[in-house]
Amino acid sequence: MNVATYFMEATYLIASILFVLALKGMSHPETARRGMFLAEGGMFAAIVGTLVGQHIVTWVWIIAGLMLGSIIGAWMAIWVPMTAMPQRTALSHAFGALAAALVGVGEFLVHARDMSVVTRGALGFEVILGSLTTTGSLIAAGKLQGVIYGKPVQFKGQNFVNLAIFLAMAGCFGYFWIYPEASAVFYSMLGIAFVFGVMLVIPIGSADMPVVMSLLNSYAGLAAAATGFVLGNNVLIIAGTLDGFSGFILSVLMCKAMNRSITNVLFGGFGAVVAEATVNVGGVMREISMDDAAMQLAFANRVVFVPGYGLATAQAQHAVRELAELLEARGVTVKYAIHPVAGRMPGHMNVLLAEANVPYSALYEMEQINPEFPSTDVAVVIGANDVVNPDARDNPTSLIAGMPILEVDRAKSVIVLKRGQGRGFSGLENPLFFKACTSMLYGDAKASLGHLAQAVQHV
Amino acid sequence: MNPAVLIASVYVFALAAFLGYQVISRVPPLLHTPLMSATNAISGISLIGSLVLAGAAHYPLFAHILGFVAVTTATINVVGGFGITDRMLKMFGNRKAQTKEVTK
Repeated sequence: MNVATYFMEATYLIASILFVLALKGMSHPETARRGMFLAEGGMFAAIVGTLVGQHIVTWVWIIAGLMLGSIIGAWMAIWVPMTAMPQRTALSHAFGALAAALVGVGEFLVHARDMSVVTRGALGFEVILGSLTTTGSLIAAGKLQGVIYGKPVQFKGQNFVNLAIFLAMAGCFGYFWIYPEASAVFYSMLGIAFVFGVMLVIPIGSADMPVVMSLLNSYAGLAAAATGFVLGNNVLIIAGTLDGFSGFILSVLMCKAMNRSITNVLFGGFGAVVAEATVNVGGVMREISMDDAAMQLAFANRVVFVPGYGLATAQAQHAVRELAELLEARGVTVKYAIHPVAGRMPGHMNVLLAEANVPYSALYEMEQINPEFPSTDVAVVIGANDVVNPDARDNPTSLIAGMPILEVDRAKSVIVLKRGQGRGFSGLENPLFFKACTSMLYGDAKASLGHLAQAVQHV
Repeated sequence: MNPAVLIASVYVFALAAFLGYQVISRVPPLLHTPLMSATNAISGISLIGSLVLAGAAHYPLFAHILGFVAVTTATINVVGGFGITDRMLKMFGNRKAQTKEVTK
């Protein structure tokens, strides 16, 4: 080993430590940003270390790639709106995974013959995880962006077809593991993995995207970790594993928040069969006038806003904050109740509200806010449905039975802002809307909130 | 890869997994979106593998081209990921100061 190699290894060690510190900083909003600077420093050090220590001779491709990537990356970082964050993240998973897959293919091209059995195994994992994450994430991004039809795509024998594809892929992997010269098999494995990624994501509906996003995040990380095993590079293993586990933890949390297992999300195709199974609760929904609603809010002591994805689609984040500020100026205590799956990716709703200048100290998690609903005067549900459906708690036969909900029905009164009388995303009837304490305010969320704000000013 | 290196790598993997679990379970749901985009940017570390592929000596041209694509996508990940994470965290970061101003 010469000096350059030692230098490179030192930068890798520093990068690994900085990455861990960066994630530790994420435990609080005040320290998170500083943490990210550390991670950026670590990344920069690792890149410089590699360029110094790896006997690079051809610079053209490197410089071209770095420049092109920086331009596109910077463009994405600056221009992507916060509502499009899930799509961007999905796209980013695709890019990261593609890089891992391509590095795998490159390694195969160059070193296939002198690889040990272990390295070949790692290479197989790298290429499979990398390519299925690439196409899977592209499909997810397409669904989130609305380029691809968002409803689950299902057909008879789908799980059987998927199983066949999986077995074919595993077979190619096994064959390649034993006979490294079989490049046709290797490329078949690559191709099948691309197809498998598509098949994995098309049966999943938009509402389940938080789980899928987290899972793809995990796969992308594990692909990077597998790259580390192939190249014998520890910083890749560490960074990839951190990413992989982060994604895994988030998928578990998201599944818990929907009271469903990962297998159910992946193979269940929620939302396809549900529409027929709805029960009509009966009763009447009580409509409320703008002035009455404003009156209720203005003379309340405690108001809790419950935003759902409908708030984001109506672009009403700023409107809700303006209304909240007016209420606060009148001495009303305003809080926001955030369900873990409110939005299209973990934590999405928090980001959307933060962008609208809602202080994060006013954002409450489900466990924190639920005990407070009985002492809440008015709960305002904006574009949320299933996450406030009391059936999940009370009706064991309900399709969403057991899913943790925001218990708005325990509040003294509830105002539901809704576009129309239709059902929510899952197609389930929501008994909350028929309760005596509930009143409905129909119309576009943004317009309604604006009118409410005006009405509150005139109270 | 000789057995000693493999064992060391498995140790690194296991310890990183444990550490990751400990560190990431402490991240509040408030920051889950920035967390995901940050870990995503960090896993753009596969860039260093791509750099070797794109520029190392004695590699065929096709490997360089694959490397070029990989460098590009990994860089998009790193630059875009860190950029957008910072943009999000900025929104969370200044909150305290701003709220105080508003209440004044």
